[in-house]
Amino acid sequence: MKYLLPLLLFIALSVFLAIGLKLNPREIPSPLIDKPAPAFNLPILATPEQRLSQADFKGKVWLLNVWASWCVSCREEHPLLIELAKQNKVLLVGLNYKDEAQAANTWLSKHGNPYNVSVMDADGRTGIDYGVYGVPETFVIDKRGVVRYKHTGPVQPGELESIFLPLIEKLKAESA
Amino acid sequence: MKTLFALILSLFVFQAQAEIEYRDFKQPEQEQAYQTLISELRCLVCQNQTIADSNADLAKDLRRQVYEMLQQGKSRQDIVDFMTDRYGDFVMYKPALKLKTMLLWLGPVLFLVIGLATVWVLRSKTSTSEDQSLTKEQQAKLNSILEKGDHS
Repeated sequence: MKYLLPLLLFIALSVFLAIGLKLNPREIPSPLIDKPAPAFNLPILATPEQRLSQADFKGKVWLLNVWASWCVSCREEHPLLIELAKQNKVLLVGLNYKDEAQAANTWLSKHGNPYNVSVMDADGRTGIDYGVYGVPETFVIDKRGVVRYKHTGPVQPGELESIFLPLIEKLKAESA
Repeated sequence: MKTLFALILSLFVFQAQAEIEYRDFKQPEQEQAYQTLISELRCLVCQNQTIADSNADLAKDLRRQVYEMLQQGKSRQDIVDFMTDRYGDFVMYKPALKLKTMLLWLGPVLFLVIGLATVWVLRSKTSTSEDQSLTKEQQAKLNSILEKGDHS
């Protein structure tokens, strides 16, 4: 009986520490969830004389994937994006972040291009607007142009099926 | 000898400040605001550094952003709002006092109170046990010892 209280305290502490171990300090909740996707108007990587803005995707469910040719973990995620592109279920937009057009184009021709289109954010300002801090990052944006989900870091195998595809299906079913 | 010593000491001089960018300010207050802000914003890539301390690309971009916003005449609050709208409260090195962060701010006080309460409870327990008076025989023995010395 005398040891009951210390035992309970110990158990409580263990539970807190166990939860703490599981948390990922890199996962910072995005304040953008359920807010309109920040505006941009950026040149297209393949045809820089043309520009695209977030408003051009109104009425469609789309993914915004932040990538760069200098980004090592983008390579890790790349096969999954290629696989997603093959399924042709969602519009995949690339935000080429703080990169050089030539390096980015070379990277795409070398590893394959999963993106329907990529836009260039050479000085990283659009990145700041989207709260980008760890490339790659992936945003899921609904038909009304609202950010519904954000994934920081490379998408892991299995997460397409467990997170992205079900969410995309759900958002496609919503009215614009 | 002194020169040599000074030279050796100089090897150990480290600057916590990241590379110094040249920033032109019209008023000294603006520069002051800039310095304060960059030492209050967290570099999210290297989480335990401020953007003033960090040399990461993102930190440079955020310093540029702060500088530009100050040049546009934006207030300190405007800039803080701009950053928290995009990166969340975590971007502030010192978290804002909100309902969500209450535990963080009041936690230490709470633990101090728990500690003091524990000490108080333990102390009052021991003092009651000391308070137990001697039995009659013990008292008689004590008296005899005090009078005649211990012969037992």
